[in-house]
Amino acid sequence: MNKAWFYLAPTLLFIFLLVLVPLVTGISYAFYDFDLISGTKEFVGFDQFKRILSEDEIFTMSLVNTLFWTSSSLFFQFTFGFALALILNSGFKGIKFIQPLLFVPWAVPSFLIGLMWVWMFNPVTGPLPYIFEAIGLMDAPENILSDPDHAMWGPITANVWYGIPFFTIMLLAALKSIPGEIYEAASIDGVTRFQAFRYITVPLIAPTIIITLLIRAIWISNFAEIIIVMTGGGPANSTQIVSTYIYDTAYQKMDFGYASVLSIALLFMLMLYGLTLGRIRRKMISYV
Amino acid sequence: MKITKNAFLAGFLIFTLFPVFWMLKISLTPDRLLFTEGIVMWPSRITFDHYYAVLLEGSFPDYFINSFIVSFTTAAMVTIIAALAGYALSRFDFKGKTIIITLLLITQMFPIVMVIAPIYNVLTFINLVDSLAGLILVYTAFNLPFACFLMQTFFDGIPIELEEAAMIDGCTRLQALEKVTLPLCLPGIGATLGFVFTAAWSELLFALMFINRQSQMTFPAGIMNFVTKFSVDWGQMAAAMILALIPVCLFFAYIQRFIVQGLTAGSLKG
Repeated sequence: MNKAWFYLAPTLLFIFLLVLVPLVTGISYAFYDFDLISGTKEFVGFDQFKRILSEDEIFTMSLVNTLFWTSSSLFFQFTFGFALALILNSGFKGIKFIQPLLFVPWAVPSFLIGLMWVWMFNPVTGPLPYIFEAIGLMDAPENILSDPDHAMWGPITANVWYGIPFFTIMLLAALKSIPGEIYEAASIDGVTRFQAFRYITVPLIAPTIIITLLIRAIWISNFAEIIIVMTGGGPANSTQIVSTYIYDTAYQKMDFGYASVLSIALLFMLMLYGLTLGRIRRKMISYV
Repeated sequence: MKITKNAFLAGFLIFTLFPVFWMLKISLTPDRLLFTEGIVMWPSRITFDHYYAVLLEGSFPDYFINSFIVSFTTAAMVTIIAALAGYALSRFDFKGKTIIITLLLITQMFPIVMVIAPIYNVLTFINLVDSLAGLILVYTAFNLPFACFLMQTFFDGIPIELEEAAMIDGCTRLQALEKVTLPLCLPGIGATLGFVFTAAWSELLFALMFINRQSQMTFPAGIMNFVTKFSVDWGQMAAAMILALIPVCLFFAYIQRFIVQGLTAGSLKG
C-alpha cells in the first residue's frame, strides 16, 4: 500500500460520500417518474428520454439560449479582458491603486451581481433605462428584463461585468511571462510596435487564449445563478438556458426525474465538448 | 496613443465601479428621498439608518455570524485536507494517480443542480439537514478538488531537496513536511484559505436548498429570503449588500497581485 493513499484518504472520503454517491443517485433519477402527491416514484426506464427528443420545445429553446448566452458573454468578456490586460501590462501612473479596483467584480458573489444589475435596469431604482432612452435605444425608460426580445442582454451584461477580470488576470499573467529581451531584440531589428504585437505577442499567448476560452465556455454554460436571480428564466422562457431549465424543472415543478434527464443531456454535451477540447489541446502542445 | 489608452482605462473604471457606487448611493439615501428625488447621482441628504437597521435589528446579524462560522470552518477544513492531498499528488508517484486527477476534474464538470436532491438525502441520512454542520460538510466536499490542485501547484514550487535534507538529518516524512515544507508554503496556504472562504461566503444554491430555519441561514440565503418574502426595502438591502462585499473585497485586494505573480511563475515553469 502506497503511503500516498494515507494523505489522499480524507479528500477521497468527502468526494465519494458527498459528490460521487449523489451524482450516481442523481443519474438514476432519470429512470424514475416522481409522483408529488403520493410521494412515490415509479421505474419507467427510458420513457423520459423520449420526451426530451420529441416533444420538449422549451429544451430546444433553452439550448439556443445557452449558445447565445455563452458565446455573447464569452465574446465581450474576452475582448474587454484582453484590452484591459494590454493596458495594465503597458503600465501607467497609479497602477498599484487602480488595478485592484478593476478586479473588484471578480470578488463579488454572483447572486449580489444579479441583484445589483436588476436594480441598475429597473426604472424605479436605476439609471440605465434613462440612459438607453437618451441615446435612442429605447422609446421610453423601460425595464429591459421584462422585454422577451432583449431580456437576455440583462444577464449577459452582468456576466460580462463579472467575467472581464478573469480574462484580464489570465492574459496579464501570460503577457508578463514573455521575456522582455524578445521585444528588445525586435526593436533593434526595426520592428514596429504593431508588428511586435502581431508577430510576437499574439503567437506567444495564443495557447493561453485558446485554452482559457474553451474552458471558460463550459463554466459559463453551466453558470445559472445570475439568470436565476435576475429573471428566473423569464419572461416567456426568453432567458431560459439549459441549467436554469433544470433548476426550474427540479425545484419549481418538483419533477426530479425529468430534471435528471435534462442534466444528463447537458453533461453529455459538455463531455463531448470536453473531449474535442482535449484533442485541440494535445495538438497545440505538439506544435509548441 | 496615450489619450486612447487613458480613455479606455477611464471607460473600464466607470463600467466597473459605477454599479457598486450606485448600490452605495442607494444604501445611504433616506427612504423618503429615494422615490421623491427620482434617479439622481447623489441624494440631497444621506443617512446611516439602513446600516444601523441591518447591523442591529432583524436577522441580519445572525446571518453574518452564520456565514462567518460556515466560511471559516470550511476554509480551515478544506485547506488542511487539501494540503495533505496536494502533497501526495506533488511528491508521490503511485498507481491510480491519473484516475484520481481525472476524478477530481469530473467533479468540476456536471451541473450542480443535478446533485442537490441526492445530497439532501445524504444529509437527511446523517441527520445534518437544516444545520450549519451539514452545509460545512457539503462546501468542504465541493471546494476540495480545486484546492487540491492549488496546493499541488504550491508544493511543486518547493524543491524536494529541502525535505530530503531534513529527512537525512533524522526527520520523519511528516516532520519534514511540518517543519520545512509547510512554512515555505504559507503564502499558498493563505491563498487557498482565502479562495475557499470567498467561495463559501458567496454560495447561494446549496444554502437556499438545505437550510429552512431562520436561525441557521447564511447571508446569501438570508438576503434572497429578504428579497422574496418582504416588501422590498431597497435601502436596507443595499446596505446589507455593501456590508457583504467588504470581507471579500478586502481579501481580494490583498491577494490579486499575488495571483498574477503565481500564474506567471507557473507558466514560466510549464
